[in-house]
Formats: sequence, C-alpha cells, structure tokens
Amino acid sequence: MGDARQTIAQRAAREIKDGMIVNLGIGIPSIVPDFLDASIIVFFMAENGILGMGPSPTVNADGNLSNAAGYPTSILPGGSYFDSATAFGMIRRGCIDVSILGALQVSEHGDLANWIVPGKRVPGVGGAMELAFGAKNLIALMSHCEKDGRPKIMKECTLPITTYHCVKKIITEMAVFTIDENALMLNEIMPGYSMTDIKNNTDANFQVSAHIKATA
Amino acid sequence: MNLFNKVTDYETARNIFFDGMTLLFGGFGGVGTPPGLIDCLIETGVKDVKLIGNDAGFPWIGIGKFICLERATSLVASHIGSNPTAGDLMNRGKLDVEFSPQGILVERIRAGGVGLDGFLTEIGKGTKLAYNKPLIKIGEKEYLYEAPILGDVSIVYAKKADTFGNLIFDKTARNTNPFIAMASKVTIVEAEEIVPMGSLNPEEIIVPGVYVKYIIPSKGYNWKWIWEMPDKQLRNEPPAK
Repeated sequence: MGDARQTIAQRAAREIKDGMIVNLGIGIPSIVPDFLDASIIVFFMAENGILGMGPSPTVNADGNLSNAAGYPTSILPGGSYFDSATAFGMIRRGCIDVSILGALQVSEHGDLANWIVPGKRVPGVGGAMELAFGAKNLIALMSHCEKDGRPKIMKECTLPITTYHCVKKIITEMAVFTIDENALMLNEIMPGYSMTDIKNNTDANFQVSAHIKATA
Repeated sequence: MNLFNKVTDYETARNIFFDGMTLLFGGFGGVGTPPGLIDCLIETGVKDVKLIGNDAGFPWIGIGKFICLERATSLVASHIGSNPTAGDLMNRGKLDVEFSPQGILVERIRAGGVGLDGFLTEIGKGTKLAYNKPLIKIGEKEYLYEAPILGDVSIVYAKKADTFGNLIFDKTARNTNPFIAMASKVTIVEAEEIVPMGSLNPEEIIVPGVYVKYIIPSKGYNWKWIWEMPDKQLRNEPPAK
C-alpha cells in the first residue's frame, strides 16, 4: 500500500490548480502537497484554524502551530489564524475550491462513507460532513479494495454514510472515476492495471468515458 | 471577589469541579487544551463527568489523559480517532459518545454562549448523526434543529489574559477556546501570561473578560506532541489488549 498511497497522492496533486483554496483531509490526502508542481501557488486551509499553511518546519516546530492532524506546520505571507466557527463558516459557505478526503467506501451515486466502521474503527466524522457539504469540488482518495480484496467502490455503501451525493471524483491506485448526475464514469486507468482489473474489483455499475486514457 | 482581579490558583479550581458536571474543554487534538487544568481535574478525583469538546485528544495529551481514567460517562465530540482508548471504551459501553459534525458542534456551543436557542442546518440530515434531532420543515426544505450547548464548567487555554479576563490566543491554539469560554456557568482560563488591565490592545482582544470567572497562571504544555514521540508504536496504534 506504500506505493499505492504515493501513486494516489501524485495523481490527486494534478487536481490542484494555481490560485485555489484547498482543504486536505488526514491520511493519503496529507501527502498530496509533496507532489505539487513548485510553480503552483495555492492556499491550504486547515479546519483547526489556519488559511495559508506553508511547509512543515524542519527546525523550531511550535506546538501551537499545527495542521488538523496535529503535526507542525508554518504560515505563508498573507495567511491567517481564526477560530473553529470561522473555519467552518468558510467551509460551509463554499469558500473551499477543492476538498480532498480519505474514504472508506464511495457509492456509484457519490455517497461518501469515511467516519466509522461499527464495532471496529471509530475515528468520528470530524469536519468531513461540512467539507462534503460545502466544497465546490470533493475528491475521495482510497485504495481500490480492502486488504482482503473486497471492493470499496460500491452500488450502495455498507458503512454509515458521512454525506450523500457529494463525491465528484474518486482516485485509487487502479483508476480515476468521475460522478456526474449520479452516474459513475471511468475516466482513467492507472499504470499497471487493465480494464479487467477494474471490472473485477469494482462492485458499482459504471460507464466508460469515450475519452478514457491511460494515466502517464 | 474583586471583579477586576480574577487571578487565582489551582486550589480554587479544584473546588469548582464536581461529580456529574458538564465540562466544556477547549482545544483541537490537545493544541489549546489547558495542561495544568487537565492535571488539576485528574487530581480532584471527580467522576461521572459529561465532556463536551472538539475531540478525545490523544491518550497522553489533553482531555485524552482524563478520558483514559474512565471517569467520564459521556463525550460529545466530532472525532475520537486519535485516542484509541476512547473508541475502545465506547465499544465496551463504558463511554457514551455522541458524534457531531465539527463546525456544527462549535456553533452549538457558540449558540449557548451567546444566548440563542439553537439553529437549523441541512448538514447531517439523513445520516446516523441526525440521532433524534427534530426535523423542521420550512417551505419545501427540511432542516435538522441543533440545540444550544451550555456547560457547568469550561476550561480554556489562552496565550495572554489580563486580570479582568480579556483573552488573546496563540495561532492554532485558538480553535474552539473562544466559544468554550462563553458557554458555561463558570469559565476557568489557564493563561501562559497574565498582564495588568490596559496591557492588551482592546482591538485585539478575542474574548472579552465578562465571560471569564477565574484565571490561573500556566506552566505550559507538559506532554510530548505526537511528532515528538520517539516510538512510532506510540503514535496511532491501539493499546495492546
């Protein structure tokens, strides 16, 4: 999965364009900035109260200057600090251009499940519901299947839903799907995988784009 | 009590905490959670505490230290993933956890703190997090009603307080603290620095002192952050059974 995480993050980085306001979730999304082209200028927003996060400091880390996962960060010129109500105000209000979240399952209708595996993992919903509700573009990143091989892109999610009809794009190590008008569309096949792999490992119904491409 | 000098000590704070209280705590993953007041809370031996705050901290950071002692009966929070013990207690029926979307939770606390009777939102509608919240129909749309939150005691971490309790915060340690400070019968602030009235620029005060009852000097964080932990095993691995 180590390589798969890198592959997914690298592909997700291409969704971030110059001038965007971007929110990244914890997990795979947190390594997306490692793959951003240096020429791109964006403001990363973190829901713990910072807009304009800079690179992680290599020295003099400050416990009171952290990202939403609790790791040290820095602030860029023009950046700001604010309280949690303001943070979620800008999220709900639609000020975030793209929100990239980790997912446990996504349905073919764009339903997102990422907050609980009942009886097992209980991370909690955090800010995911509001990010999913307010972001102009919501991209879900995840491994294509569970460790035991069960598909995670499903007709209907079996895990509790975070938000219905919110995911616009799914990026896995095998493929890139878009979701428009509630229909799932395969747009890209990632290197090393075939259409057969994707069909065999996807529970959801999907259409294949006329412009499908193999990702370079 | 001198209205204009609310500075006191941990001994006073100890007497404010009581069994069964609803305790609102500031902080986000322990950043901005008052370390001295958490230790004070632990030392008092209070139990059956109803906790409300952003998250469950980490097992050795913030409110997480108290949660691991199994002296809280309930927790309203947005996230408990960084404290596997909290999830374990929840799954064993020892801690009643109500999850709330993060920004909705802080608005509920804010509503309590500013004397409003709650608000309507579509966020969470149709999900398990709607719990039994009333659905209100206005025109063609249905909304969840979110009730205000008020606590018995709030604990807050500030960068600076003057002796009236006017507060300013430090970077991302601000987070929920301004609203936690506003929403309880008694608010205790642990401040890194306590200054005379008139020392803070009135334009830069985040919380006016009218909401603050007591101010206690801080010795600063007394835990290691996750990124300071030498052993990766300690980071996000659940504790051994």
